[in-house]
Amino acid sequence: MTDVREALMVGRASDGRLVRRPLSPHLQIYRWPLSMATSILHRVSGVALAVGTLLLVWWLAAAAASDDAYATVSWFLRSWLGVICLLGWIAALWYHFLNGIRHLVWDAGFGFAKPQIDSSTYFVLGATAALTLLTWIALFTQL
Amino acid sequence: MSETVKAAAGHNAGGPRVKMMRTTLGQVRGLGSAKTGVEHWWIERLTSVAMIPMTLWFIYSALHLAGHSRLEVAHWAANPINAAVMVALLLTVFRHMGLALMVVVDDYIHARAAHMAMLLLIKGGTTLLALIGIIATLRLAFTG
Repeated sequence: MTDVREALMVGRASDGRLVRRPLSPHLQIYRWPLSMATSILHRVSGVALAVGTLLLVWWLAAAAASDDAYATVSWFLRSWLGVICLLGWIAALWYHFLNGIRHLVWDAGFGFAKPQIDSSTYFVLGATAALTLLTWIALFTQL
Repeated sequence: MSETVKAAAGHNAGGPRVKMMRTTLGQVRGLGSAKTGVEHWWIERLTSVAMIPMTLWFIYSALHLAGHSRLEVAHWAANPINAAVMVALLLTVFRHMGLALMVVVDDYIHARAAHMAMLLLIKGGTTLLALIGIIATLRLAFTG
């Protein structure tokens, strides 16, 4: 053992013997608790929103450029691919927004008790579904 | 000295042995300053708090503008409040997004060259996107 980080792998068994620490099991070994899924989904929705900002910038740039450019972006947003992007973007935005607030509450040191985590998980998922659906309906009445 | 380090230093027969030939200062050198390490995390939180009201405003505005003509969008941007909040939102979004994507790259990309390339790409990309969005908003606001 030459790497100094190996020092962190030294542990003691219950009988006092020094042993090399076992590694924790990886993702596929764990049962998927809902809190783990929502945590991973936070990152996934964030990356999806990052891709979605391309659409926002395209829309702004087209509106600033010309009627032709704006017609092109409007055409895309009304195409089936554009509509799927918009619907997914709205869902990702509400999820990341609501779960992000939950993360801020955790960062402030509140809501860590297990029953609180469970109920806030259900709240975030329920509110995401409700607000997403409402926004979809509002969007379709506008288009 | 912690138990682990003492064990690592070597009174241990049969178990794993680790030779620590570096001083404590040598071990922490190059890992970053204790003064600025929290900045990345803090700005990510600060920008997310700022985005709470701006996101709600944005969703309202976007729904309001959906299906409208370019002229109506320009008219909307001519209102200084709309243009100002849009520029503020763009600055905040791309700052938050850049910091967050860097953490994702830190977590999954370990090859040194690819890691550095991705970080530069994120920094450059988010800066450029923010600039395009801001200039477009201002152009809409000033010239329609």
